[in-house]
Amino acid sequence: MTDTVYASSVVEAAAMPEGAKSSPLKRALVYALLTAVSFIMLYPLLWMVSSSFKPENEIFATTSLIPQEFTLDAYRRGWNGLSVSFGYMFLNSLLISVLVVIGNLMSCSMAAYAFTRLQFKGRGFWFALMLGTLMMPQHAVLIPQYLMFLKFGWVNTIMPLVVPKFFAIDAFFIFLMVQFFRGIPRELDEAAIMDGAGPLRIFLKVILPLSTPVLATAAVFSFIWTWDDFFAPLIYLNDIEKYTAQLGLRTFVDATAQSDWGALLAMSTLTVLPIFILFLLFQRLLIEGIATTGMKR
Amino acid sequence: MSIADASNAGPPLSVRLRSQLGGYGFLLPWLLGFVVLTLGPAVSSFYLSLTDFGLMGPANWVGAENYVRIASDDPRFWTAMRVTFTFVLLSVPLKLMFALAIAVALNKGLRGLTVFRAIFYLPSLVGGSVAIAVLWRQVFAGDGVLNQVLAALFGYEGPSWISNPSTSLYTLVLLAAWQFGSSMIIFLAGLRQIPQDMYEAASIDGASRSRQFFKITLPLLTPVIFFNAVILTIDAFKAFTSAFVVSDGSGGPIDTTLFYTLYLYQEAFTNFRFGYASALAWVLVVIIAIFTALSFMSAKYWVHYDD
Repeated sequence: MTDTVYASSVVEAAAMPEGAKSSPLKRALVYALLTAVSFIMLYPLLWMVSSSFKPENEIFATTSLIPQEFTLDAYRRGWNGLSVSFGYMFLNSLLISVLVVIGNLMSCSMAAYAFTRLQFKGRGFWFALMLGTLMMPQHAVLIPQYLMFLKFGWVNTIMPLVVPKFFAIDAFFIFLMVQFFRGIPRELDEAAIMDGAGPLRIFLKVILPLSTPVLATAAVFSFIWTWDDFFAPLIYLNDIEKYTAQLGLRTFVDATAQSDWGALLAMSTLTVLPIFILFLLFQRLLIEGIATTGMKR
Repeated sequence: MSIADASNAGPPLSVRLRSQLGGYGFLLPWLLGFVVLTLGPAVSSFYLSLTDFGLMGPANWVGAENYVRIASDDPRFWTAMRVTFTFVLLSVPLKLMFALAIAVALNKGLRGLTVFRAIFYLPSLVGGSVAIAVLWRQVFAGDGVLNQVLAALFGYEGPSWISNPSTSLYTLVLLAAWQFGSSMIIFLAGLRQIPQDMYEAASIDGASRSRQFFKITLPLLTPVIFFNAVILTIDAFKAFTSAFVVSDGSGGPIDTTLFYTLYLYQEAFTNFRFGYASALAWVLVVIIAIFTALSFMSAKYWVHYDD
């Protein structure tokens, strides 16, 4: 847990001179190998997307990635394939994910600010406990949490999925923000204190405005992980109207069994699409986030 | 200069008081969450693990009975252990090897680094989702893509890899190994930290490329390898979604994909044996803790630190 400054240099350093020494033949070989591995890695994803645009009888007829006949039929069948349209489930997923992003950003930035900038008794103790929760598997608290939310009448609502995030339950993001806040020069706080600013004003006017990169990273990761989450919705959401897209997709597997792969692949493609778009937009932030904390996917 | 002077003298009392109050004020959401959502449930789940709490009636104290049953009278627990350990011990080294090999290849100053890096990272970003597990079911099905490709290239008629008990778990290992991208990124960042002059000095001394790799790159990278290994191991013990989706929640065929977390889920939320499932959860916590402790103890024998 070093005090790495969250800088782009971590991942964007200049190319290593080592490469300059290798022979052209060797370089070509490395390129060929990397390209081949890339293709094998991407093939399942490409196949999923291309099959979703093929008519059902063409999916298994060829291994070609280019549809001979392009159709949106599978999307139509899939969208209305369950008793509730996938549209509702996408909206549920979106609502939950957005609320989680808000909760995580607010609560985790507050905790990280307290840990890095404010002097108070017991700070080191709480910080150590927070780091401890990073390592603890959620399974240890799963059942009592479930029973508690059951008592609150929250089971089969989005509350258990959203409310804990307003209490900084994702220690990973606290850790991410602590790493970043440590890199902000303390002279800025001290100057603000001289001007009579209290902790709240420093937080809102100095720290947060300088922290947009880490806040954006936390927001994108929060969104993706919540969108992808399967376990918590599986436990807490029972009615199909309340389902997230992930739960809907899994129910769709059961409902269609092996009979309508086109529709299944079309809906699979749609559930991955938001993540793919975020990946294209924020690739650099995601990669820097991983490189600086060394954690999570 | 006046700022530095003031901070040396210590801030005035009012500022310190505000900082104390402010500290706990800002920490309050986390503190509440920690007590209500983590500490309380952790204590209470340990208590539950010593009871027979289920859907019927109140919780009766049974002492260590659940733990005794887990150890001595629960064949599915041992199946889940075998499946989970096989998965962890295969998927983690595979992931590390792929991640390291690709990171080293990408670190040679190639053009198009960012494109390759993005391609290799993408699977670990999407790999945990239901969609990819669904896709995996399809790829390794009897009439799936893999068998199509095998038939087209070699004329080989493959079995259904997913529903065959002797291969089903390995399809999930492969799915995990496919997601080596985030470890690769951490390795890339680690490789960038190795001082260039070490390589220059070594090549002046006539050290070959492979010698440089084994004598410089690998030793200096051991802290990163160690860190990745610990994180990946913990994650692998907690794997759930892929096994659930591929086996329709059963852990089948014949329990060959019964991940520990899947067994825990079945006991808690299909059979509603909350007491027993709590004991299972604590056994998992202890296993992960032991694994982590062992890794840290082994570190001093193979992890290279500067100081």
